[in-house]
Amino acid sequence: MMLDVLYFAWVREGVGKGQERVDPPAEVKTVADLIDWLGHKVLSDKTRLRAAIDQQFVPLDTPLAGAHEVAIFPPVTGG
Amino acid sequence: MIRVVVSKMPLDVAAETAALHGLGGGAVATFTGLVRGDDGVGELLLEHYPGATKAALEKLAAEAVARWELAGAIVIHRVGAMKPGEPIVFVAACAAHRAPALEACGFLIDRLKTDAPFWKRETRGEEATWLGERAGDHEAAERWR
Repeated sequence: MMLDVLYFAWVREGVGKGQERVDPPAEVKTVADLIDWLGHKVLSDKTRLRAAIDQQFVPLDTPLAGAHEVAIFPPVTGG
Repeated sequence: MIRVVVSKMPLDVAAETAALHGLGGGAVATFTGLVRGDDGVGELLLEHYPGATKAALEKLAAEAVARWELAGAIVIHRVGAMKPGEPIVFVAACAAHRAPALEACGFLIDRLKTDAPFWKRETRGEEATWLGERAGDHEAAERWR
């Protein structure tokens, strides 16, 4: 299951890139599983992270089933 | 009429407001957010999620138009680098009467803060800091649910 993973703000800076294409194993079922599997140090505290699947905000326990693009980022601060 | 813009270009508040004056509504309410110069902030950088940002704002604008029967709604958010005092966000609503125009305007800015993928980074001197979320923003957005 090829996935594009996007990073924003300090998450992007900590990972060191804005995007990567990954092929996680079958046991990676949710966004939280993906974050653990990616293994980037900046992703270690999941309480500070938010996510979107195919550009829709989702909780971290959401299944990845069928996802093409997963974004991982800090809480939004626009306006 | 719905107008949604995500742009690096400066924001012309007067021109945007004027666009709502010809729609036949009796009330136009607007909100302009400016870059604050708190504690010596020299620059504010706005990062966003290209592809997702405009869709999120269009969804909000469409929800406001349907809920308050607006004649028009505008949501404009700047991205990139800005200086203190510059307009960063503009929302506006045109309705038959003041109550729906004012309420829709409040809805648009409150929900934008929690529902749209933007991130702010302040630079003071040589030091850049990403802003954290504000608890009050979620309370403000919740009152429209």
